Formats: sequence, structure tokens, C-alpha cells
Amino acid sequence: MSRIGQTFTALKAHNRKALIPFITAGDPGKGLTVPLMHALVEAGADIIELGVPFSDPMADGPVIQRASERALANKVGLKDVLAMTAEFRKSNTTTPVVLMGYANPIEHMGYEAFAQAAKAAGVDGVLTVDIPPEESAGVSDVFKAHGLDPIFLLSPTTPESRVEQVAAAAGGFIYYVSLKGVTGSANLDTEEVAQKLAMVRKHCSLPVGVGFGIRDAATAEAVARIADAVVVGSRIVNEIETAPEGECTNRVKHVVAELRRGVDAASK
Amino acid sequence: MKLTDLPDSHGHFGPYGGIFVAETLMAALEELRAEYDKARNDPAFVAEFEYELKHYVGRPSPVYHAKRLSEAYGGAQIYLKREDLNHTGAHKINNTIGQALLARRMGKKRVIAETGAGQHGVASATVAARYGMECVVYMGAEDVARQSPNVFRMKLLGATVVPVSSGSKTLKDALNEAMRDWVTNVESTFYILGTAAGPHPYPMLVRDFQCVIGRECLVQMPELTGRQPDAVVACVGGGSNAIGIFHPYIPYEDVRLIGVEAGGSGIASGKHAAPLTAGTPGILHGFRSYLMQDENGQIIETHSVSAGLDYPGVGPEHSYLKDAGRAEYVAIDDDEALAAFHDLCRYEGIIPALESSHAVAYAKKLAPTLGKDKIILVNLSGRGDKDINTVAKVSGITL
Repeated sequence: MSRIGQTFTALKAHNRKALIPFITAGDPGKGLTVPLMHALVEAGADIIELGVPFSDPMADGPVIQRASERALANKVGLKDVLAMTAEFRKSNTTTPVVLMGYANPIEHMGYEAFAQAAKAAGVDGVLTVDIPPEESAGVSDVFKAHGLDPIFLLSPTTPESRVEQVAAAAGGFIYYVSLKGVTGSANLDTEEVAQKLAMVRKHCSLPVGVGFGIRDAATAEAVARIADAVVVGSRIVNEIETAPEGECTNRVKHVVAELRRGVDAASK
Repeated sequence: MKLTDLPDSHGHFGPYGGIFVAETLMAALEELRAEYDKARNDPAFVAEFEYELKHYVGRPSPVYHAKRLSEAYGGAQIYLKREDLNHTGAHKINNTIGQALLARRMGKKRVIAETGAGQHGVASATVAARYGMECVVYMGAEDVARQSPNVFRMKLLGATVVPVSSGSKTLKDALNEAMRDWVTNVESTFYILGTAAGPHPYPMLVRDFQCVIGRECLVQMPELTGRQPDAVVACVGGGSNAIGIFHPYIPYEDVRLIGVEAGGSGIASGKHAAPLTAGTPGILHGFRSYLMQDENGQIIETHSVSAGLDYPGVGPEHSYLKDAGRAEYVAIDDDEALAAFHDLCRYEGIIPALESSHAVAYAKKLAPTLGKDKIILVNLSGRGDKDINTVAKVSGITL
């Protein structure tokens, strides 16, 4: 079983839900990413989603766009992200790391070469936002062959007829995008999400994480009641962006700890 | 498989094209594909599209023998397909009418568009006014500054113009922002994509709507000259005017098809917008094609005096035609394009768009290598009124 699978199994045994925070690699500085990853774990992260910076983040809102721009200004590319993961693995061999990004940097490196390097670095899962299952032939199977879980998205606009197809291509967990829109959008309707998740679970046995619109303990708790994992990105990246110099890690820890309390409140 | 049978049912032109978008857009693209499939086989839809092209756009656009220009260039006879004479001044309107009719069929009351030079934005604002739809146009902040007449035109037509300040502040960033709007408002909104690029079915449907250009030429050239041309030349940014004139000529194997990319300050300088000439395949904006990218797969900034060609990708069918060897792709730099711009003004009394001037500039190179009995057909894709500020500026003139 993959590290992601093991994590979900262990959480389930304790009736707990997963917290999956997101940061963009290289934001705010090249040397700060690995310390931030450890800080996320200390504050209660079960899985880390590490953003691979891209010049044209089409599915992201302004907060994560700016994080990508800062990381690119720091000259952080896919190879650096893999090096950071390898560095993180030197002192953490249990927390799964999922790379999240866009197709082109991986396509440019080559799917086979990337999968090999990612596995060696200690990456557990890969979410390429702009590769849907229809285009994943030669991608998902390569990832799976190297023991990487291909993570796929489902959205409010996904028709029931597609869920099975997406689930078949996926590994690790399914990421349900709670809103129509880009990352950082507001106004999460948990009632609507709950209905959709019930439908998804009819066709998919993988754990289901929910992201988009989660910004505090209350929304984290509400989502943790209906999902297997709570994914939080813009709220954390916003903290990184606005923290005074030297305060970044503490601020992030503070927010993640708050989200953790929210997630755990759902299990009580 | 014949070159004209593409794309396949998943939008692939060989290894190019496809649907590389986030899950939220998948259903909308499938809905669009299904609706377009019905529309293209619906005689009433086809008839209305043709009626609009004739009575609203003013088609067919003429083909004109540029005799003085041909003489000055000292070789082959140059003919111009006058897309600049269309309503709104460019070929873009052919596509926006087709897509607006689709939007109406699908009950969408709000349309969005991206624009570079502003020609597609104007064409989108125009059809939105014509069919009573709300229209929002995304435009790179840098382009808003250098194409101010078109910004005002869009506003006059009732559109909202949103300047985009992310990334390089040009066409690619406008496209990112339009995609973000679409993913947020996907149920109410129709995205009128301006070029033969983006996720399937856009490259196919934009091409189909633009093919009226080439189909008219197939009839007009024999009427004027007794035969088809030896070469068809068109500028390529995203590539919609080029694919529109090339595609009907694909089966005519004796006709050379030549796409002209923006060479900017010269290919060697790295400051250009010529992915087919100097790029490598990759994935951007929902499709696989030749791209301008760095060693990490990041998209690099493009440079061209012409805002409409200032794009790091190119429609997937062009990538396929390049690899198949059916079309040739070359680059013309800013200075060559500007010289051709002035040539056409002075010899023929036609002020061309800077985009189209790239095609004229390549004809200037090609013509002397061919005999006077040879024929070059240039797609004059747009008029240059929008560019007079840019031309004045590079000439050091204050208007």
C-alpha cells in the first residue's frame, strides 16, 4: 500500500480525518520550503500538497498565482521541487507528499524521467490540474508503474456518468473541488457538497478530499464531517504572503493548528 | 488518414491538440462539442451563418491583384485576400458570428473573450451587441495601452474591457484570465475563443468558421487568374486566419502553404513569438502544440511589434501540418514587417494590420525568387487603423 493509502487507513482506524495543507514550493524563498513542510507536519498536517510553480496557472486565483510568480522569481523549477522533497524525506519518512501543478513542466521533463526522479525523491502522489483522465494515457499508468498515486479532480460540474472513469484512473485519493471557480474562491455550500459526495462514493472506493473555500476552523470542521480529507491552499499561502519577514513559519503553524482543531472537532 | 480528416473524435491532430483543462470545464467542453456537432449538420444553422456573413460582414471579401506592389517586389504576382474589408476590419468576425450563434442556440446570455490586438475583442463585442448579449473582454494591460483605439471601440459597443496585469500582461495572460472567468461562470457563460487554439472543440470549430476564407479563394483565384495560386501566405499568431485560408487548400498539393510567424527582434535574439520556427512541443491553454518555453517547461515571454501575434503557442493543426510537411513556417522580424506595412500603404493605398504585414513581408522575400508568371496569394487578415499609434511611435512621431 502507498504511503497515502497507509495514512488514510491509520486515520480511519482512529476515526480521524486528514488535513492536507498546500504551499507553493519556493514561496517565499527557496530555503524556506523544507522548514515550512516540517512546520506543516508539526502543526497537524497528515499529507502535504506541494505546488510546482508554473508561469500560467490557469486554474488558480490571485493568491496562488502570486505565490507561483514569487517562486519563479526565486528560480524554482520542477527539479528544485524534487530536491526539496528529497531533503524533507531525510528527516520525515512518514508524511506523504503530493505534488500539485500543471502538465507542461512534467511533459517537458518527460513523464518516465519525472516519475523515476519523483519516486526517488520520495514523492507519493501527483496531481496535474490540466490532465483529465481522457488525456492521461501514458501518464497515469507511468505514475502507477513507479508507485506514484495519480490524483484526479472531480467538480460540481462532473456528471455522474464520468465519476467511474475518473475513479478508475485515480490512485491515493480523489480531490473534490467544492466550487465552480479558481482556487481562493469563497462561499462554500457544505449541504451541496455533501449531496455530491454521496453520489461520488457510489462509484468510487478511494478516500475523498474536499478543497476550495476552506478558510478557518469552522469551515474545516464542516467539511471534515462529510469528507475524508480537508484540503486548504489559499488561506495558508495568504499567510505566507502577508507575514512579516521571519514570521512566516510561525504564522503558518498557527493557521494550520487552527484548521487541525476544526478537523478534529468533527470527529468528536 | 487524410490530412483533412482531423482532428479525431478527441480533438487530436496526431500528437497535438486534445483537452488539457481542469475537471470543472470538461462538461462544458463536451456540451459545446455536442451542440456544435448538431449545429454543423443543421441546415437552418448553416443558412443563418451564411446569411450573416453575406449581409452583416459583407462577404465574399474580394481578392485583389496588387500590381504595383508585385512590380516593386520584382517577381511573382501578388494577390491579396481582402479580409481587411470585412465589417470590423479583420477576419475575426467570421468566427465570432459562428460562436455567437452557437451561444444563442445553447441559451447563454453572457459571452467572454480574450484579445491581443483587440480585433477579436471588437469582433466579440460587435456580435454581442448584434445578438443582445452581455460581453466581457479580457485584455493584457500592455495591450490595452498599445491598442487604445480598439479598447474604446469595444466600450462603444457595450462591452466591459478588463485589463489583465498578471504575468507578461499580454494575450496569453488574457487567455488565462478568460479561462478563470469561464470556470467560475461556466453555466451562464459562453467563451468565444478567438483563435484556432485552446481545448477541443475550439481548434476545430474556429477553423471551420474561418474556412470560408479559403473556400472563397478556391473559386475567386480561377476566376481572376485561370488557376490556383503557387503559394498561399498568411501570418500565424494563434493561427486562425492562416488555417482558414490553408485548410481548403490542403488537398491541392501543388499549392505551397506558408505560415509567417512574428520574428520580433530576430530569432537569434530570443525576443520573438515564433514557436513553430524556434519552439518545442508542450501543453498550454488546454492543448498540446509547439510552444515557447524554457528548460524548466515555463512559458517564456514573447516579443512582437504586433500585439495579435504576441503569443507563445500556436493552434495545434499548424503543429501537425508542420510535422507532416504540408505547410512551411517562417519568421519575419519587426523591421521587415514595418517595411512591408509602408510598402502596402504607398504602393496600393491599403493600410494593413501589423499582423498581416508579416505575411506581406514574406511575399516580398518570396516573390523575387519566383518568375513573374507565378502567383502568391496573401491573406490580408486585417486593416491597420488600429496600429497607427504603434507605427507612429516606432517611427519617433508624436500624433
